Amino acid sequence: MKYWEEKRERMSREDLEQLQLERLQATIYRVGTHVPFYRKRFKEINLDPDGFRSLGELSSLPFTVKDDLRSNYPYGLFAVPLRDVVRIHSSSGTTGMATVVGYTKNDIKIWSNLVARVLTAAGVTKDDVIQIAFGYGLFTGGFGLHYGAERLGASVIPISSGNTKRQIQIMQDFKTTALVCTPSYALMIADTMLDMGINTNALSLKWGLFGAEPWSEAMRTEINSKLNIKATDNYGLSEVMGPGVAGECLECKGLHINEDHFLVEVINPNTLEPVGSGEVGELVVTTLTKEAFPVIRYRTRDLTRLITEPCACGRTNYRMTRILGRTDDMLIIKGVNVFPTQIENVLFEIEGTEPHYRIVVERENHQDKATVLVEVVESLFFDEMKKQRQLVETIKKRLASELGVSVDVKLVEEKTLERFEGKGQRVIDKREL
Amino acid sequence: MLRIRNLEAGYGKLRVLKRISMHVDPGEIVTIIGANGAGKTTLLHTITGLVKIGSGEVLFKGNNLQRVPPAKIVFAGCSLVPEGRQVFSTMTVQENLVLGGYVLTKRDKKDIIHEMDHVFELFPVLKERKKQLAGTLSGGEQQMLAMGRALMARPSLIMMDEPSTGLAPLIVKSIFRVILRLREEGNTVLLVEQNAKAALGIADRGYVLETGKIILQGAAEDLLENRDVQRAYLGRETE
Repeated sequence: MKYWEEKRERMSREDLEQLQLERLQATIYRVGTHVPFYRKRFKEINLDPDGFRSLGELSSLPFTVKDDLRSNYPYGLFAVPLRDVVRIHSSSGTTGMATVVGYTKNDIKIWSNLVARVLTAAGVTKDDVIQIAFGYGLFTGGFGLHYGAERLGASVIPISSGNTKRQIQIMQDFKTTALVCTPSYALMIADTMLDMGINTNALSLKWGLFGAEPWSEAMRTEINSKLNIKATDNYGLSEVMGPGVAGECLECKGLHINEDHFLVEVINPNTLEPVGSGEVGELVVTTLTKEAFPVIRYRTRDLTRLITEPCACGRTNYRMTRILGRTDDMLIIKGVNVFPTQIENVLFEIEGTEPHYRIVVERENHQDKATVLVEVVESLFFDEMKKQRQLVETIKKRLASELGVSVDVKLVEEKTLERFEGKGQRVIDKREL
Repeated sequence: MLRIRNLEAGYGKLRVLKRISMHVDPGEIVTIIGANGAGKTTLLHTITGLVKIGSGEVLFKGNNLQRVPPAKIVFAGCSLVPEGRQVFSTMTVQENLVLGGYVLTKRDKKDIIHEMDHVFELFPVLKERKKQLAGTLSGGEQQMLAMGRALMARPSLIMMDEPSTGLAPLIVKSIFRVILRLREEGNTVLLVEQNAKAALGIADRGYVLETGKIILQGAAEDLLENRDVQRAYLGRETE
C-alpha cells in the first residue's frame, strides 16, 4: 500500500489551502473563546478572532513558546474541560521543567491516523511486526507510534526502550520486520549485535523508523548498512501532538508534513520574520484539528527548511528537511554558529572514527575553546603515534572548513563515551556566560 | 464543487452569516448542523442566489456566483430542495416533476422521461401517485416529490434544507437512505439539518453553524464523538 489516506495526502494546493483556512478559522475561534491565555493575547493585540480571513494573516498572531506552556502548568492551555480529556502526556523536559499536554478521544483517533500515514509512507504495512523501542510513558514517542501501528493493523511489540540484549533476542525470536527508536539507539543495537557476532543479514528486519533526535544522512547510511534495512526519519513533538507531524517516504528526500492538520512556517529565530523560500530557520507549527491542546504558532526551536517541489512519491504536501539542529543546541563558538550535527557529519565521513563524540566548550583567557572528543576504532591505538596525529590533523582540517571556526580534537578509545538509549546530550558547555 | 471563503450575507442591516468558509468536494455528503436561527437556510439561499452575497466569495465549479441570478445557478447545476417542500399543490405529481426538469426541456423530451423514470425508481410511491395532485400527498411523499423535482434538473450539487422536518422517524430513515443512494450514484449533497444525529450518521463531513459562524468542522464521525456537539446537538449530557 502506497498511501494511507490518498485523498488527503495528494490534495491540490488550492484544496489544501481551503481546508487549512476553514480549520484555522475554527481553531482560532475555539482558542479565542475557550483558552483564557489566547483570549488575553488576542485582546492585547486587538485581534478580532472573527476577522481572520486568510492564511497569510497568521503572521499577525503572537507566537507561543515553551515558557508559555510552563507558566500555564499543568492544564492552563487546555481548550476542553478535563472530563473530555482521555490521555495526558508530558514533554521529556530535556531542557528544564516539564510541560503537560492532553488529548480527547478524537485527538487520539486523529493522532493514530497520522502516525499510520507516516508508517505507511515509510514502507510499513499491516503485515509487518513492529518493535517499538521508544520509551513508553509520559513521552509521546512510545504510545504515539504504538497507536498508529495498531491503527495500521501491524503486529505491535511494545518492548519500550532499554535492555539492548533483550531487544536483540526478541528481534530475532519474534521476527521483527520494523524497528522504531532513536537513531542513536538503532546504532547501539547494531553495534551490540556485531559484538555478539550476530549476522544482521539473517534478521527479518526490513524497515527502521527513527526520530526524536537530530541525525545525519551519514548516520542513515551507516544504520542501513549495519542493520541491512531501509531507515526513514519521522518528526513530531509533544507540544504539537507527538510523532506523526511529518515523516519521510521511501524516496528519503525530506519529511512530508501532514499539512492538513498542521500549518507550518519557517522563521528566522533572531528577527522572528519568515525566512526566504527554502532557507533554513526555526519551524513554527499551528495545529488545525487538535481539540484538547491546540497551539497557535508554536516555536519548536527545531531548525529545518521547507521543500516545496513535488516529490516523486506522489504526495503533494510540502516536505521539511531532516532537523538540522536546535536553536538551543546551537553553540556560538567565537561568534560562529555551530550545530552538533555538522560535527557528526564530518566524523561520519572520516575513516577510522566512530560516530560517537562529545563537544566540550570552555573559556580560556576569555577565549572560547572547543574540543571535540572522538572515538576511534581500537586498532588505531595499537599503531604508531604518527598515524594518530595524522588523523587528528585530518579531522581538525575538515571541521575547520565545515564549521568556519577551528576546534581542538582529542581521540578517545572505542566505547569510552557514554551511550544513550533515549535522546542524547552531546554538548558539554563549561562556559559560565 | 463548491468553495466558500469568508462569506458574509444577511437581510438589510442584519448580518446573519459571519465569515463562513467551507467547501464540498465532488461525491461527498456534507452536512451543516446548527440550531434554529443559526443561519443555515440563509447560507443555502445565498448559494442559490436568493440572498445577495455581502462579501467574500462563493465558487461553484470554479465560477464566482457573485451577482449571478438564481435561475442561472440552477442551470449551472446547483439545485435546492427547499425547507417545507414547497411543492406546487394544485398540480399533479407528474407536472411537478416536469417543471423540475425545465432545465432539460431545451434538449430532448427523452431526457425528461429518462430522468422521471429514475425518480420513480428512487421513490416508487411517486409513480403510483403520478396523476394525483401534489397537495393531497402526505408530508413524507411531498418531501420525496420535492427531492424528485430537484433531481429532474440533473444537478451536480443537490442542496437539501431540513428534509426531516415534521416527518415520522421511519419516513426520515427512508429519505436518508435515498440520500445515501444518491451519493452511491455519484451525486454530491449538501445537507442542512437540525437532526444532527441523523445527518452526521450519513454524512462524510460536517460543519457546525452557531449564530452565523462555523465553530467546528471535521469528519462526521469525529463530530459525533465531539463532546461539544454531543452536549449541544445530540442531547447527550455526560454525567
